Amino acid sequence: MKKLLQICLLLIPMTGFASAGISLDSSDIDLSDKQSLTNGAKLYVEYCLGCHSAKYIRYLNISDDLDIEQNTVLKDIAPEGAGIYDKMLTAMNGHDAKKWFGTTPPDLSLIARSRGADWLYTYLKSFYIDAAKPLGVNNAVFPDVGMPNPLWQLQGEQVAVFKKEHGQQVIDQLRITEKGTLSPEKFDQAVNDIVNFLVYASEPAQVQRRSMGKYVLLFILLFGIIAYLLKKEYWKDVH
Amino acid sequence: MKSKHLTACGNWFINRFPLTKLWNDHMAQYYAPKNFNFWYFFGSLALLVLVNQFVTGILLTMNYKPDATLAFDSVEYIMREVPWGWLVRYMHSTGASAFFIVVYLHMFRGLIYGSYKKPRELVWIFGMLLFVALMAEAFMGYLLPWGQMSYWGAQVIISLFSAIPIIGDDLSLWVRGDYVISDATLNRFFAFHVIAIPLILIMLVFLHIVALHEVGSNNPDGIEIKESKDPWGHPIDGIPFHPYYTVKDIVGVAVFLFFFATVIFYMPEMGGYFLEHANFIPADPLATPEHIAPVWYFTPFYAILRAIPDKFAGVIAMGGAIIVLFLLPWLDRSPIKSIRYRGGLYKKAILLFVISFLGLGYLGTQAPTAGATIMARIFTAMYFGFFLLMPIYTRWEKTKTVPKQLTNQPTIEDRIPGWVDTAKEMVKDVEVEKEGQTVRQKRPDAAGIGKVLLRTAKKLKESLD
Repeated sequence: MKKLLQICLLLIPMTGFASAGISLDSSDIDLSDKQSLTNGAKLYVEYCLGCHSAKYIRYLNISDDLDIEQNTVLKDIAPEGAGIYDKMLTAMNGHDAKKWFGTTPPDLSLIARSRGADWLYTYLKSFYIDAAKPLGVNNAVFPDVGMPNPLWQLQGEQVAVFKKEHGQQVIDQLRITEKGTLSPEKFDQAVNDIVNFLVYASEPAQVQRRSMGKYVLLFILLFGIIAYLLKKEYWKDVH
Repeated sequence: MKSKHLTACGNWFINRFPLTKLWNDHMAQYYAPKNFNFWYFFGSLALLVLVNQFVTGILLTMNYKPDATLAFDSVEYIMREVPWGWLVRYMHSTGASAFFIVVYLHMFRGLIYGSYKKPRELVWIFGMLLFVALMAEAFMGYLLPWGQMSYWGAQVIISLFSAIPIIGDDLSLWVRGDYVISDATLNRFFAFHVIAIPLILIMLVFLHIVALHEVGSNNPDGIEIKESKDPWGHPIDGIPFHPYYTVKDIVGVAVFLFFFATVIFYMPEMGGYFLEHANFIPADPLATPEHIAPVWYFTPFYAILRAIPDKFAGVIAMGGAIIVLFLLPWLDRSPIKSIRYRGGLYKKAILLFVISFLGLGYLGTQAPTAGATIMARIFTAMYFGFFLLMPIYTRWEKTKTVPKQLTNQPTIEDRIPGWVDTAKEMVKDVEVEKEGQTVRQKRPDAAGIGKVLLRTAKKLKESLD
């Protein structure tokens, strides 16, 4: 028993391992908020689609899933010339992109599933001026990212305030030095809408999945009750 | 068709095929001990999950493309464009994890009630072969979505073959069909996953059940019910499998499906354990993920592999961890089957084994730090100690007298009122001011919780004696 106790004691410090790096802000994901999703789709096409495709989503999906008329999708959301059956492809040539950024910008259809909503939300807000980088910006969540800040006009420019921790320079906070076209609150809302859209895009079936889950569980519950009563009836004569 | 003709048709069939005999031998007149408890649900549940994997797997192959350039896209096609494709895929991916949950619990049942002991050694061996085949099936299936974790997990595991001296490099090349995991690997894994191993699985399930029905089921008391029979030659403590255990297993099925559906509809990724986050990034041979971890059901063995400093020795240890399980019937020298009548020594050994297995499972999911490696080594020593020291400590243990006939233990239904009372003991009514009114609310009661904990600890200590 003593050995057991020692092992348990050894295990305790291991629970607090994973908390390194900058803490993530929490996003507010609500897939029933069609307005937020629509705005997110619009912002995505305007600010992201230039480099990043979302190739598993068709404009038709947006029309169907967000309850928007097909013509409205084509007029307000899709880039000019896109058809309703088109996938959300980028106009950027992968070969050029590799030359410009050193890497091909990834498709973002599934980014919310691989990175998580809070990560995306914090990442998009965490670009700061860093003259040492080829593009002049760096990111607090994704250090040395090969991507400029696509939302700088909206957000304005940020600089990082550093502090010393264990003899190393770490980012304490980000401070806006030049105002953008949106107030900080409006900007957070816009970023949240983009992330909301990306969460939807990563798994369009999730709305259907959650809404039907309760009926399935209810059915299984009823089935279970009947099965239990049947068992009880049969087992009456087993002593 | 008139019923007379239908009967004639049936008779024609029965005269040429032993359907009645098969049904009676394995269902209606197969006598099972009447005291099966919670642990005995998992055999039939494993069969249910197997059927689930077959049906959903067949549906998935209809739209999946085993081609390195198309595989990832085809999975997303299933998730988005194929009607109900997301449901089929989640049933399959959740089914894989569910399979290992029920199989691990099924094996643990065998361990605590001595179901591997004479005369059931062969049942255990077939079961272990099933477990190995299941691991191969899961490993190869995991490559098919062609995500980053699929790719790099397979890369890491297959490169283990290259640790074998002399033939290692050629062997891993032969297994992969290329110098890295590639289209050739994907194609052969697809072939193994959808046909070769499923055939082996079915055959082994057949052998497992035939061998079991030949010797009869063990039970929580570890008593051979065939030793006391009534005048008609039926075991006194036995009841026909059908209808008693068919109706009972259906209740188990309902409970299982409740949890299964909860995962499918509300948490199909299970926080990154059932579907890993990095697997939503397409396989990229040029970008290694920061942290490669196999799916949770392999992590105990993966942790053993990493705990050993030498690669080849690690591979041997990992293989050895599975081989010792095969030897279990001969390592255990105690004449008593069930944990109910075995000595405290063995109970404590099992407890340590469970701790080491869960500990290794946890460590296998984590990045290898210095502290974690030390822990993994301790757990590895505990894991092997449980098996390799078994011939010694099972001789020392002071066993209790085994009754002649099955004992009556409280069932889950009998225990529920007790659980409710315990829960009540841990809360107290507190009067709270709310909007000017005094309301009675339930709050956790520290003194009550302390009492319950103390009692549980005492009970645990007693049950280990």
